[in-house]
Amino acid sequence: MTPAIQIQQVYKRFGAVEALCGIDLEVAPGEFFGLLGPNGAGKTTLINILAGLARADRGSVRVLGHDVVTEYRDSRRALGVVPQELVFDPFFSVRETLRIQSGYFGLRHNDAWIDEIMHHLDLTGKADANMRSLSGGMKRRVLVAQALVHKPPVIVLDEPTAGVDVELRQGLWEFVRGLNRDGHTIVLTTHYLEEAEALCARIAMLKQGRVVALDTTSNLINRRESLYLKLRLAGAALPPALAARVRDSRDTAHTLRLRSYAEVEGVLAQVREAGAQIEELELLQPDLEDVFVQIMKEAKG
Amino acid sequence: MSGFGTLLYKELLRFWKVAFQTIAAPVLTTLLYLLIFSHVMQGRAPVYGEVPYAAFLVPGLVMMAVLQNAFANSSSSLIQSKVTGNIIFVLLPPLSYWDFFAAYVLASVVRGMAVGIGVLLVSLAFVGLSFAHPLWILAFALAGSAILGTLGLVAGIWAEKFDQVAAFQSFLIMPLTFLSGVFYSIHSLPAFWQGLSQFNPFFYMIDGFRYGFFGVSDINPAWSLTIALANLAVFAAITLALLKRGYKLRH
Ligand SMILES: Nc1ncnc2c1ncn2[C@@H]1O[C@H](COP(=O)(O)OP(=O)(O)OP(=O)(O)O)[C@@H](O)[C@H]1O
Ligand SMILES: [Mg+2]
Repeated sequence: MTPAIQIQQVYKRFGAVEALCGIDLEVAPGEFFGLLGPNGAGKTTLINILAGLARADRGSVRVLGHDVVTEYRDSRRALGVVPQELVFDPFFSVRETLRIQSGYFGLRHNDAWIDEIMHHLDLTGKADANMRSLSGGMKRRVLVAQALVHKPPVIVLDEPTAGVDVELRQGLWEFVRGLNRDGHTIVLTTHYLEEAEALCARIAMLKQGRVVALDTTSNLINRRESLYLKLRLAGAALPPALAARVRDSRDTAHTLRLRSYAEVEGVLAQVREAGAQIEELELLQPDLEDVFVQIMKEAKG
Repeated sequence: MSGFGTLLYKELLRFWKVAFQTIAAPVLTTLLYLLIFSHVMQGRAPVYGEVPYAAFLVPGLVMMAVLQNAFANSSSSLIQSKVTGNIIFVLLPPLSYWDFFAAYVLASVVRGMAVGIGVLLVSLAFVGLSFAHPLWILAFALAGSAILGTLGLVAGIWAEKFDQVAAFQSFLIMPLTFLSGVFYSIHSLPAFWQGLSQFNPFFYMIDGFRYGFFGVSDINPAWSLTIALANLAVFAAITLALLKRGYKLRH
């Protein structure tokens, strides 16, 4: 099957800054894909190249098989991008903005779909308000709506929830999940890792223009110690044999790394043999944030 | 509507929504030029035979307004979009560079013509004019506004800040218009300046435009139109090449 997005050996430099150094990525149709990385990792640069807003120095990028440079008309028709920057045209109202954006894609009678998007994004009440008069979060919603006017099969959202209130965030994710269920491919960048963990089935992590991790979300989370065991002990100290497992200790409370559930019994037996009683016990799943921090620390960039 | 049609519509709506500033204001400015210059210069600058100076001046001022506003339209629209970042709304859709070029230039032509017609109508209240060859008038107005619309596009593409567009306007467009025979017939100039004026493309636009009113000109209008169209072809080719490469638009 033709990949929704295919990125091969993409390089991009801005003066002395190597923004992207040899990116290879493939996103399958219908995926919910996360693109994570610290500030300046190159996420937006990669998206800009995908959207034709910037040109790669080297390498090729395809959207649904269409090269973004030589077959730009087809690739752009297949792609909807919500930009990171909050931009708007102050001359127009929300409805005018969406009608004009539809027109750019050659769509004449798009009002039914425009009304539907506005409804989902809770913009109906602001349809005739001038863009200038909207709050930041409202402008963000219009950007999302603009990216969707042509029902693109591939949707890229560059930090769509930055500066957006809880209610919209939940509403937005509900909407985007629905689009994904209907078969749209979604690529998302965000700095809220619990969002990425909850939404994305697969994740690429970028650091200084390189892909430093690429796997399903569950594999990423489970790839090292699959869980943590938190214990509070009384009567005796933690046996020295377990010292190597300690992630952190505070007084009599210790968090130990385990590779699997099978190790739980052995650890508890060692504790009992040392004469300690267990006052409190908790099994913790590592989350994406732990993994992210660790991967970024390990990657030399 | 096609992508091109929508971009044209958007560009027209953009200046129409602020018509007071984009049409009424330049009409008033030009009218002030007319009143002051025709008063000061009456009977001093020798012009074609019996054409009164004020009548001679009007086509020059109309053409100047057409040219300046055509330039202002595309250049200001583009630099505004670049500075505010909303240029991405036209860069993301599948618009071709031809669509882009044609829409911006046509909108400039419409703005230039709208201001030109405004200036002409208001001037007629003060000065009697003849219309010897209306088709020449139209041809030069269209060619002139298309050239300046194209130059405005170049300025907008090249500039990164508002003041760079302003510099383009002050150091290139303004001198070329003022030294093109808006206020005088170049035959009244010393030989050196007369010779130099021949290298100013704006001179041919204004001279040919004036021919349409009086049936008299310094240069054969067919030759002037040829030169104007050749200029248009060269500037258009350059602009299309820039747009195709994505110069300063798609980094
Ligand atoms: N137009 C530009 N000119 C110069 N440098 C640029 C330009 N765009 C991006 N860069 C540089 O390229 C690098 C990658 O930037 P990019 O915006 O892609 O990062 P990002 O991953 O999107 O970061 P953030 O999470 O902050 O949005 C940065 O070092 C940035 O300074
Ligand atoms: Mg970014």
